[in-house]
Amino acid sequence: MAAKVKAVAAKGGLQFPLVDGFLWFVRIGLLIAIAWGAFFSLTSGRLSGQAWRNLIVFGIAQGAVYALVALGYTMVYGVLRFINFAHGEVFMSGAVIGFFVTDALSETALWENAQILGLLLALLVCMVVSMSIAVLLERIAYRPLRNSPRLIPLITSIGASFFLQYTFRGLFGADTKVYPSTSSLNGRVEFLGFQILNRQLLVIVAASVIMISLYLFVEKTKQGKAIRAVAEDQEIARLMGINVDRTISMVFALGGAMAGAAGLLYGLVFGSVNFFSGFLPGIKAFTSAVLGGIGNIAGAMLGGLTLGTVESLGPSLVLAGLNIPSANQLKDMIAFVALVLVLIFRPTGILGERLTEERT
Amino acid sequence: MAILEIKGLRKNFGGVRAIDDLDIAVKEGEIVSVIGPNGAGKTSFFNMITGMIRPDEGQVLLEVGDGADRGQIDIVGLTPSDVLRYGIARTFQNVRLFQQMTIRENVMVARHARTSSGILSAILRTRMFRREEEETRTRAEEALAFFGSRLIGYRLDQLAISLSYANRRRLEMARAMASDPKVLLLDEPTAGMNPRETAELTELIGKMRSERGLTVVLIEHDMKVVKGVSDRVIVLDYGRKIAEGSYEDVATNPHVIEAYLGTKATA
Amino acid sequence: MALAETSVQRARDVDLSRAPRIGAVFGIAVIFISAIGMVGTFATRSMIGSAFSLSRVLLALLAFTAGYVATQPPPQLEGYRVAEPSPRLVGVGSIAGAIAGAMLGLFAILVDSISIRDIFVEFTPELVGILTFEQGTGLGFLLLLLLGSALGAAGGAVRLMSARIRRALFAAIGWTLGLALLQILFTQIFNSLQLDFLTRLLYRGASGGLSVTSAPAVAVALFLIAYAGQGRVKKAVTGFRGLQGEAQRKATVAGMAVLLIILGALPHVLGNFLSSAMDIAGTFLLMALGLNIVIGFAGLLDLGYVAFFAVGAYTTSVLTSTSGPAFSPELTFWTALPFVMMAAALAGLLVGTPVLRMRGDYLAIVTLGFGEIARLITLSDWQASTLGGAQGIANVPPIPVGPWNLVEAQEFFYIIFGFVLLFAYITYALQASRMGRAWNAMREDQAVAEAMGVNIVAAKLWAFVLGAIMASLGGAMFAHRVGTVFPHSFNIIVSITVVVIVIVGGMGSVPGVIVGALVLVGLPELLREFEEFRFLLYGVVLIFMMLKRPEGFIPSRRRQREIHEDEVAQDAWLRAETERQREEEAAGSTGPERT
Repeated sequence: MAAKVKAVAAKGGLQFPLVDGFLWFVRIGLLIAIAWGAFFSLTSGRLSGQAWRNLIVFGIAQGAVYALVALGYTMVYGVLRFINFAHGEVFMSGAVIGFFVTDALSETALWENAQILGLLLALLVCMVVSMSIAVLLERIAYRPLRNSPRLIPLITSIGASFFLQYTFRGLFGADTKVYPSTSSLNGRVEFLGFQILNRQLLVIVAASVIMISLYLFVEKTKQGKAIRAVAEDQEIARLMGINVDRTISMVFALGGAMAGAAGLLYGLVFGSVNFFSGFLPGIKAFTSAVLGGIGNIAGAMLGGLTLGTVESLGPSLVLAGLNIPSANQLKDMIAFVALVLVLIFRPTGILGERLTEERT
Repeated sequence: MAILEIKGLRKNFGGVRAIDDLDIAVKEGEIVSVIGPNGAGKTSFFNMITGMIRPDEGQVLLEVGDGADRGQIDIVGLTPSDVLRYGIARTFQNVRLFQQMTIRENVMVARHARTSSGILSAILRTRMFRREEEETRTRAEEALAFFGSRLIGYRLDQLAISLSYANRRRLEMARAMASDPKVLLLDEPTAGMNPRETAELTELIGKMRSERGLTVVLIEHDMKVVKGVSDRVIVLDYGRKIAEGSYEDVATNPHVIEAYLGTKATA
Repeated sequence: MALAETSVQRARDVDLSRAPRIGAVFGIAVIFISAIGMVGTFATRSMIGSAFSLSRVLLALLAFTAGYVATQPPPQLEGYRVAEPSPRLVGVGSIAGAIAGAMLGLFAILVDSISIRDIFVEFTPELVGILTFEQGTGLGFLLLLLLGSALGAAGGAVRLMSARIRRALFAAIGWTLGLALLQILFTQIFNSLQLDFLTRLLYRGASGGLSVTSAPAVAVALFLIAYAGQGRVKKAVTGFRGLQGEAQRKATVAGMAVLLIILGALPHVLGNFLSSAMDIAGTFLLMALGLNIVIGFAGLLDLGYVAFFAVGAYTTSVLTSTSGPAFSPELTFWTALPFVMMAAALAGLLVGTPVLRMRGDYLAIVTLGFGEIARLITLSDWQASTLGGAQGIANVPPIPVGPWNLVEAQEFFYIIFGFVLLFAYITYALQASRMGRAWNAMREDQAVAEAMGVNIVAAKLWAFVLGAIMASLGGAMFAHRVGTVFPHSFNIIVSITVVVIVIVGGMGSVPGVIVGALVLVGLPELLREFEEFRFLLYGVVLIFMMLKRPEGFIPSRRRQREIHEDEVAQDAWLRAETERQREEEAAGSTGPERT
């Protein structure tokens, strides 16, 4: 009797199993597609072992850049609970300023004799500029909206993103800026059978140093503790005597500095940037942050590396195996598909979300 | 058969046991008060009945059908909108109205599950659509009229946000009642009301049973209300039922006193 | 003892510390618009005579606004005497303006002395010339300082006028500048209405702006009109709103009739170029009306809306084109329409289903992802056999209506705006319906809405499906109007533009969305020189609106009711009271007061 009544289920009730069933179907379909594609790619022998290894190294370097930018997204989401759409433009500012600095330096003697020193100087300048932009952005556009529903700062950040993009275009022109040649970065090293370009090595090392510093800062210092407290509960943190405004500014400053560094590194590896260079890396970095677990610093790093390698290997590994023509064209799509899949199937990310979600 | 039966309900939030092996039976037409110190799990209890939170274990059995078809279904796992469709409506502890909608619209929303005209009939303004709209408006006004003349008339087109506090509570109750429920769950209905309003509401809760045939379960802190309106009182503490009976039985129960006031310090 | 002096503090008419701050802010603003190239680009566009280019007008407006904002009266506090504006305000305004002017002058000196043109592309000698009125940096600095000061003073002086005069003045200035800026529009309208003499009277040549004589004359005339007509418009609108039942219905019908007549005549008045601009605005308007339901009603922030637009465009192209890559059934627009709608509904379900349980910001990003995935698929070689890849699909035929084929921009105007009216009707019909209430409730408090019986899954999916169908119809019309579909027409910029229209125009409100589309898409089509700054302005407008007025320019009636709720409530109460008293007099008794 009870079963019969329950079977005359609400239309809504019937729909939910359909929805869940559809999602399960998608999950399984994807796993099959990936396994299939990988199998065929690997057995076809199209790429040599060295070629695969090169792809992996490239993926790690790319992932390091994503991780740096992802940290900014994740920290801001941790303290303010909204997605700072404009963070990709902060990255772009680092890349563009990096161009001007390295271009200017390339005329000097420093460049010829102690290029690494010059690059470090450029790194410093980029980080400072990006940091300033991020902090200004917070002060002007986000701080007044602290207590608004969370979609409003998101929309504001979209506006800020446009604003920054086209300001840079207006100031510096729409043409693509080609980084000066960096002879010190030519060449490669061998490591465990992997061939790593010096360029890539710089990115990986620099990014690692910066990220580890950040991790230590957030975990070990007093200000870092303040950041973690504000991310946990703003009101209580304020009651504990923490200057919430200053802490939030610091979060933006840190995120901005890292994005700026990432911008310079990006320019050094890929060779050219323009005012629109922030959009795709920005989205990919955000994907990385969610992939690793938004609000989680270690997660952002892990997510970045994961996405970088998946994006690098994906076309050749999976898509080519599925006989999709011009698989490399769809490299960007991998990031978007990854984003969508993570948010649908595991929104808490790999390392789980440090934030609780209210249901009632 | 009880119209609403809770069996073995259990829920943990992280490490905290919010509801611990709860067994409660409510007869049709009863007015039952659930009391207990703050944090005893009363609102979680309502949340679990209505499907807004899923219990870890246990059953919530609701009586459905009539005459020969009478039976029980376990509503655990159903969505809140299904629970409402089966006949359990509720109000909220911190009044949750649709602030930017008018009073009439707030109550009309509760008729959603009792009507079925969709987008196409709305666009084409079919006869069924117009009939259902008319019916929805009428039923909404009827529910509001239960509270006298203060929520009807020119008030119908005012935004809910403009109401006084007591009127907001009344609106929430009218909204729940408009969905033609069998069981009405009221979460602290008289909180924040002055003595006159409280007395009036106590009387109205009685009328909910006598005039509208509702079974009422209410969470209350005001013992005057509990005394004045309840057939039975259930006391929760730390998610467990520690006493059950008439108001007098429960008020003199030493466990209950201890739960509220603590034990006497030994000299 | 001087106890009597501790009376109520004299209220101040202005906060002096504001002036330098405001001046600095506007100084940064004028430097900014010079540095990004607005001043350079707009210098060639004359507004009034040969002396007042658009850039000069812009800079002047900024200086004036600096003075106006700096003299804003501090908030009136209860218990304090209201301060009368004093002539001091002129001084304060001039300080703010002077600071702004001086900063610009310093900027000019900087650009002149240091050559950083390799970095900042706009820091050219030409820019210096424009800024300094070709007088060199020394004299230029002085001129800017003085002009800034004068304009700022004017801004402050305006505060001394009565509100009525001030409003009329602003209206006059605004409309005069509008006449100058939108010369193309007004010329076209005047000419087609056989009012060529007006064109010759007002304007200098085809794009020279207003003449030195016509501008002041127009300004004065507009001032008088604005002054006399003030309050009349508001009275008319309130009067309309106050109408009850039958009278309001008649007024609405009359209004609709007038609107239809205007729309019918518009393409002929506007001519080819402007009709084309209106078609583009209309296409965006169709999308905005659809997105209005998704965001404005259901509260789902969809940032990938262009995907549905693409579904419509590609479906109809594949089905109707004579040279489709895979197969060419060569249907007509109308026979393909059901398939377009079905494809759209399917797309809506595909997008809506996975995001059902997501919270707002994640939903936004996922839909953004879907939008980009759609674009990349249409662009890819992978699907090129059906969708044409980067080449797209060509030879999409015009829309047949009876014996005619809609080809011209003016012809398309009718069908586009026909659908606009349909979508507007649908919006209004849904607003006052069961689903409309369900959406409103869900948007305000999803958990409670569900507890009150709203089927959240159905509500969300319906919103997506309906939004998808509406966008697809827009996409289909776009494909037939342009004749070809290319993947790069369907990018994220389109999605975000539509989002901006809905949010800035007024979420949930049809008039708001219409104004939004006309201003944000129609205007840029008319004002081609703004093209490179279009998205910059979008960004500024978005930020500004979110900070100052998140409910949009023309909020929906619901929100408007909230703003005017006191008046509406008072009127209603008065009416109820009068009724009651009349009834009681008739009954001969007075009942107890009911709260």
